[in-house]
Amino acid sequence: MSQSENERFNQSPEAGAVAPCWSCKQPVAARALFCHSCGAVQAPGQLDHFARLGVAPGFDLDLDRLEKQYLGFQRAMHPDRFVTKTAKERAIAEQQAVSMNEAYETLKDPLRRAAYLLERAGTTAAVDKDQTVHDPELLMEAMEAREQLSEVATIDDLEKLQVEAGAKAIDLISQLSKAFAADDLDAANRAATRMKYWRKFLEESRARRAALEDAL
Amino acid sequence: MSTLLQIHEPGETPAPHEAERGIAIGIDLGTTNSVAAIAEQGKPEILRDDHGDGLLPSIVAYTGAEPIVGRAAAEEQTRHPELVVASVKRLMGRGAADIKALSGTVPYEIHGDQQVGMVRLKVGNRVLSPVEVSADILRAIKARAEATLGQPVERAVVTVPAYFDDAARAATKDAAKLAGIEVLRLVNEPTAAALAYGLDHGAEGLYAVYDLGGGTFDISLLRLQQGVFQVLSTGGDAALGGDDFDHAIAEFVLREAGVQAPSLIDAKTLLVAARSAKEALTAAPKAELTFHINGKEIRQSVDLAKFESLIEPMVARTLRACRQVLEDAEVTAPEVKGVVLVGGSTRVPLVRRMVAKFFGRAPLSDINPDEVVAAGAALQAEALTRGGDTLLLDVIPLSLGIETVGGIVEKVIDRNTVIPVAKAQEFTTYQDGQTGMQIHIVQGERETVDACRSLGRFELTGIPPMAAGAARIRITFAVDADGLLTVSAQEKTTGVKAEIAVKPSYGLDEDEMADMLRDSLTHAREDMERRLLIEARVEAERMLLALDAALKSDGDLIRPSERAGIDAASGKVRAAMAGEDRDRIGAAVEALEKASHPFAQARMDRAMESALKGHSLDEVEASMATDRAE
Repeated sequence: MSQSENERFNQSPEAGAVAPCWSCKQPVAARALFCHSCGAVQAPGQLDHFARLGVAPGFDLDLDRLEKQYLGFQRAMHPDRFVTKTAKERAIAEQQAVSMNEAYETLKDPLRRAAYLLERAGTTAAVDKDQTVHDPELLMEAMEAREQLSEVATIDDLEKLQVEAGAKAIDLISQLSKAFAADDLDAANRAATRMKYWRKFLEESRARRAALEDAL
Repeated sequence: MSTLLQIHEPGETPAPHEAERGIAIGIDLGTTNSVAAIAEQGKPEILRDDHGDGLLPSIVAYTGAEPIVGRAAAEEQTRHPELVVASVKRLMGRGAADIKALSGTVPYEIHGDQQVGMVRLKVGNRVLSPVEVSADILRAIKARAEATLGQPVERAVVTVPAYFDDAARAATKDAAKLAGIEVLRLVNEPTAAALAYGLDHGAEGLYAVYDLGGGTFDISLLRLQQGVFQVLSTGGDAALGGDDFDHAIAEFVLREAGVQAPSLIDAKTLLVAARSAKEALTAAPKAELTFHINGKEIRQSVDLAKFESLIEPMVARTLRACRQVLEDAEVTAPEVKGVVLVGGSTRVPLVRRMVAKFFGRAPLSDINPDEVVAAGAALQAEALTRGGDTLLLDVIPLSLGIETVGGIVEKVIDRNTVIPVAKAQEFTTYQDGQTGMQIHIVQGERETVDACRSLGRFELTGIPPMAAGAARIRITFAVDADGLLTVSAQEKTTGVKAEIAVKPSYGLDEDEMADMLRDSLTHAREDMERRLLIEARVEAERMLLALDAALKSDGDLIRPSERAGIDAASGKVRAAMAGEDRDRIGAAVEALEKASHPFAQARMDRAMESALKGHSLDEVEASMATDRAE
C-alpha cells in the first residue's frame, strides 16, 4: 500500500472502531480478522468493500492488486482453513469469506463497481433498477443494433457486431472513469446504463452465435 | 522420545485431540467405480485391495442378509439381476418424475408411485433409497481403507460432479453420514482432478477439466496460479455418461436383431455385453456381442464407424457445454493451456478426437483418468486436517432463485458465483391483507419454474395484514463451501422469521434419516467387530516385530528347544493374522507370550545384571521403568 493510500485507508470512519472480542472479551479493532489477544477469528462487521479488501476507494482500481489482496485474505479466511475448529469459529470464518467474495465480485467488475460507487454516494444507480431508459441516443442505437443482430446470417457478420459492441463497452469504462474523477454522478449514471445495455446485447449475440453454429 | 514443542499461529491452534481423531481420506464415489486415496505430505496414494485393485465397482448385490459390494456384486448381475443395483449415482436426489424422464435408460424397478420425496428402488423384498445404496458402497470403501491403513477411518473428503444440484449434494452427504463417515468437505470432481494434476505438474494458467464418467458429464475451467485453484466457470450434464454409450449399442443391436424390449434379466446381460463391446472398440475396429433374449442366443457385431456414429450426438452435446463454459468465463479456446481428461469414458477415441479438435490441442493423458479425482480428494483431506497452502475457490454450477407471480423465476444467485456466498433480495405481497407467503426455491437457468428444478418449498406466516406491496420480505440464500443451500426469510417491518436448510423436494426428511440411522446401528456392531479385528492384527504385528528384534540381540539366551517353541507359536500368530477371526489372533498371541516367557525372563535378568554394575538403585529403577515402557 502506498503512503497516501495508507493515510486514506486509516482515516476511514471504520478504521478506529474497537469492540470486545466474542471469545476473550479483550478489545479488538473492528477491522481485525483475528483477535490479537486470543487469536480467535472475528466476525466481518460493517465494512466498506474497498476497506474490506484494503484498497483505496475509487473507480480506477489496480485490478492485479485487488486480486492479490483478495486471494491473500481468502488464504487466511477460507472455510477450508477452519474445518478442524469449533462450530462457532467455522461459522464466523464462513461469514468472513462470504463478505470478501461479495466485495471482490462487486469491485472487480467495472459496471458493478460503478453501481456500488453510485450507491455509496447516495445516488440510486439506474443500473440496479429496471427503469425505462430516458436516453434517446441510446434508444436509437439500441434499436438499430437489435435489428442488425436479428438479420445477421453469417458468423463473420456477427463477429463484426460483437467487436463493435465490445469496443463501445470498453470506451464506456473510460467514460465512467472520467465521470467519477470529475465527481459527475449524472454522467456516471448515464454511462453505467449504456454499459449495461451493451453487456446485454453481447450476451444476446452469444446466444445468436450458438444458434448459428448449430445450424451450420 | 523427545519432541520439539510445537507453537501454532494465533487462532491456528488445532482442536483438542485433533491428532487422535485419525486420518482423513479422499473418496471418489463414482457412477461406475469408487476409489479411495490417502495423502501424506502432499503425496497421494490410491488405496488398493489385496489384488492391487484401486477401483471398487459401484455395484451392490442384495442377495443375502448383508449387501455385497464391488466385483463380487458385479458377478451376481447376470445371475440375479433383480437383486443387483448399479449406477445408483444417477438417482441421487432424484424424484420419481425425473426417473420417468430417464425411462428406458435405467434398469431399476421403481417402488410405488410417490409424487414427492426421493425415488425408492424395489430390490427383491427390500425397498431402498439411492442414499442407502450409496451408503453401502461407502461402507465398503471405508472397510477397504481401514484394512489397508490398519486404523479406523472416520473422516473424508467426498467428491461430487460439479454439475450436481443441491438435492444430489445433500443426498451424498446423507449417504456418508449413514456409512459413519464425517464429510469434511464435498469437493467438485473436476476441481479435485485439477488439484491433483496441478500440484503434481506445477501447472500454471488456464486449464479445462473434461470429465466424462459413467453417468455424468462435467466441464470446468480453472485458473491455476501459485497454489490457488480458482474455478472460473463450470457446466455439464448430470445425466450423460458412458452408460448412455452402452445403451446406444444395446438399442442398436436390438434393432438389428429385430427383437422387442427384453425382460429385466435379458436387458442387464445385454448391457453388460454392450459395455464390453464399447471397451473392446477403444482398441479394435470391430466388436462381437453375444447375448440372450428369451433363452435364444443372439450374436451381433458393431464396428467402430457405427459405434462412433451412434455416440457422436452425445459427444457433440458435451462440446456445447464446453463452449458455454468458455463463454461464461469470457475466454477463448486457444487461451486454454491444457485439457485434463477425467473419467473412464474419456478412453473412447472419438471423445479424445472431438475434444482435441474443439480446444485445438491434444488433451493431457499422462494421468490415470480413473484415479485422479480420488487423489485430489485425498490431497484436500490432508490440507483440511493437517493444514496446507493451497486455496480452492469453487463456484455454484446452477443459478438459484425463487418463484414469483405467474410461475416466473427470480434469480437470487447466478451460476458460477464463488462460494461461500450469501445474497438477499426483497419481495413483497401482491394482495391486500396477505398474511402468509409460500416460498418456492428452484435451481436452473430457465425463466419459468416448470423448466427449472424444484428444490423445496416453505412458508412464511404471521405477516401482519397490510396493503398489497407494503410488506418487505427479505429472502436470504446462503450457499456454504460444500455448495449446500440454506434459505431464510424475514418480514422487515415486523421481524417475523422463517428458515430452512433446504431439505429438498427430492431429499430425505429428518424422520427418514433417523430411521435409516437406526437401521445402520445394526451395522455398527459389525463395524466395531471389524475395528477390533484390525486392532488385534496391529497388536500381533507389533509383538512379532519386538520378538524378532529381541531374538537378534539376545538370541544366545535361549535353548534350541525353546527357540523351536517360539518359532512355532510365531507361525501360528502369522497364520491367524491372515484370517478374519479376532479371537484366534488373540489366542495365538497369548500362546506366543507363554512360549517366549522364559526368554523374556532371561533377558530381564541380563538387563538387571548389567544395570546393577556400579549404579545406584534409583538409576536401576528408572531404567527398568523405561524398559517396561518400551
